[in-house]
Amino acid sequence: MNMLLQIKNLHAGINGKEILRGVNLEVGRGEVHAIMGPNGTGKSTLASVIAGREVFDVTSGEVLYKGKDLLKFSVEDRAREGIFLGFQYPVEIPGVSITNFMRTAVNEIRKYKGLDPLPGGDFLRMMEEKKRLVEITSNLTNRSVNEGFSGGEKKKNEIFQMAMLEPMLAILDETDSGLDIDALRIVANGVNKLRRPDNAFVVITHYQRLLDYIIPDFVHVLFEGKIVKSGGKELALELEEKGYDWIKNE
Amino acid sequence: MESDANRILDEVTQGDYKYGFVTDIDTEFAPAGLSEDTIRYISRKKNEPEFLLEFRLKAYRHWLTMTQPKWAHLKIDPINFQDIIFYAAPKKKKELASLDEVDPELLDTFNKLGISLDEQKKLSGVAVDAVMDSVSVKTTFSETLSKHGIIFCSFSEAVQNHPDLVKQYMGSVVPYTDNYFAALNSAVFSDGSFCFIPKGVRCPMELSTYFRINASNTGQFERTLIIAEEGAYVSYMEGCTAPQRDENQLHAAIVEIIALKEAEVKYSTVQNWYPGDKNGKGGIYNFVTKRGICKGSHSKISWTQVETGSAITWKYPSCILLGDNSVGEFYSVAVTNNHQQADTGTKMMHLGKNTRSTIISKGISAGKSNNSYRGLVRISKNAVSSRNYSQCDSLLLGSLCGAHTFPYIQVENKSSIVEHEATTSKISEDQLFYCQQRGISTESAIGLIVNGYAKEVLKQLPMEFAVEAQKLLSLSLEGSVG
Repeated sequence: MNMLLQIKNLHAGINGKEILRGVNLEVGRGEVHAIMGPNGTGKSTLASVIAGREVFDVTSGEVLYKGKDLLKFSVEDRAREGIFLGFQYPVEIPGVSITNFMRTAVNEIRKYKGLDPLPGGDFLRMMEEKKRLVEITSNLTNRSVNEGFSGGEKKKNEIFQMAMLEPMLAILDETDSGLDIDALRIVANGVNKLRRPDNAFVVITHYQRLLDYIIPDFVHVLFEGKIVKSGGKELALELEEKGYDWIKNE
Repeated sequence: MESDANRILDEVTQGDYKYGFVTDIDTEFAPAGLSEDTIRYISRKKNEPEFLLEFRLKAYRHWLTMTQPKWAHLKIDPINFQDIIFYAAPKKKKELASLDEVDPELLDTFNKLGISLDEQKKLSGVAVDAVMDSVSVKTTFSETLSKHGIIFCSFSEAVQNHPDLVKQYMGSVVPYTDNYFAALNSAVFSDGSFCFIPKGVRCPMELSTYFRINASNTGQFERTLIIAEEGAYVSYMEGCTAPQRDENQLHAAIVEIIALKEAEVKYSTVQNWYPGDKNGKGGIYNFVTKRGICKGSHSKISWTQVETGSAITWKYPSCILLGDNSVGEFYSVAVTNNHQQADTGTKMMHLGKNTRSTIISKGISAGKSNNSYRGLVRISKNAVSSRNYSQCDSLLLGSLCGAHTFPYIQVENKSSIVEHEATTSKISEDQLFYCQQRGISTESAIGLIVNGYAKEVLKQLPMEFAVEAQKLLSLSLEGSVG
């Protein structure tokens, strides 16, 4: 089956306030989708709802992932089924090394799939390989998760984790925000290297800039809780040129 | 949102104690109740010299004049000392040359705890003095140790074989007049460990004792004495798990450490006694007096403790820094869950010049528990140019638990520096979500976060202990969810 994610007329909100007002989206394997839109239109909410964050209530609609009702899965089971969320603001976990954090994650996912834990040596080799893949040269992995990281380091760490977990569906929530051009290139290269015919990416971004490096197959504009416009990669350029007022006025 | 996070925390933190089982071994009891007759019975049973009986009786008579202290932040049900059996020893008491001769049931108990003596012996090179209900069952590696002139044996053996050392040092750091529970212990102590490192000797292995309370309704009164002569070094580990019981059990131990000139003693504890059930029924009362004296110059005593068990913990491993340039350290992780109560900390008494002390305390509270840090830093007039650094952090899981900090600081000279830092934090919903999004279960996530928080202390533990302690931290907070 080529279809990975199907969102049908999704309504969701927080504390009784509706944010998503009927989102429809289909993501097939091998595709890269970009979701753009002004601030406060529900981009991050959409990412959180797909990942299963409990503070958001889904009031109606449907989300199918690999043909299964995704909304019935817990947060961790969604992750174990291959959904990865690159956070806009990755949280610090003092005293927990990235190595230990990733080893726990990798082994819990393996356990879910009925596999034995990865032996220590194999795991460390995998870490080195993925570090090379996403061009992380520093000893980032010896440090505590995100503790004292710069904005760029946090985002690189998200991409590194994505490489380690090899998701089927990766959602990157404004991973480009606050990055200088070098960090942006590393993040984009990471995504490009991880692209495969059987996985998919949803890249949420405020600016067109990232899409110079990650070429999307589809671009969607989210506005006031709905996808109001979809198109090819040229839509991003058009948006950049005309600004979001163009959407508002339409 | 807030209440949701609390609900999750409550669910995963209300675990049942996994080490609840009872070993069925023939036990010989003293008659219940406390009197001079009981004390004479214990002393006679143990074939003790006269000076020890006198010490016990003096302590008992002093204890009668005292009342139970009330200053700690603890709610303690009255203890009926007449109901307590003060001495219990496994009946089959004979010399054991090898592990084969140890009661198979006893070995099985250790195996259930994952601390097989055999494995310990073979793999880790750790000498184990396993104490089960007051009398030492087996002392290993004593031959290797004796080559270096190190004495590591049960307290009773030390009384028989090295009475002069016992007489010289016992009660010199914790006198029987010290406090209510110390007086009680001094009167009725049954057994414990004794360790002597002679001048200039670096103990070649970690010394380890596993304590285990086993007989029902029996108070456990351990006594440990560690002496490090000039330039000696020893690392000592004490670890405990007790089977599940309904009645409260009293445990009032004493540990005394003496470090002479340039000696160093590292004392590590992992304490996991039965904490009582989810409703606060049962559990061990852990009222312990631990104190070391840095008697000579440039000596060092370091306490590291991971406290996860007991219904009530009342414990302040302390250092008397008498020698000039001596160093005292206290590293502590105390976890309380359900209805557990802990009032723990340290006393650093700076008496010598240029003395230094470090206090790192990490409290973790969950359920409806209460966790207090209580610490005294006293720098006397003569302790010029001394330094103390204290850091007391509290981590709260859920909204029904309590964390308290009671620092006492007394500085009597102007050339010393005392620093105190304190923080209180909660595990955030953001941290949990981040972990879960990577496929990590809530239980493991809490384990990770808590271990990260306690890392500064855990890294002080000897390798053999660190892994066990990490598991224990997660275990005591997690439980049966998932």
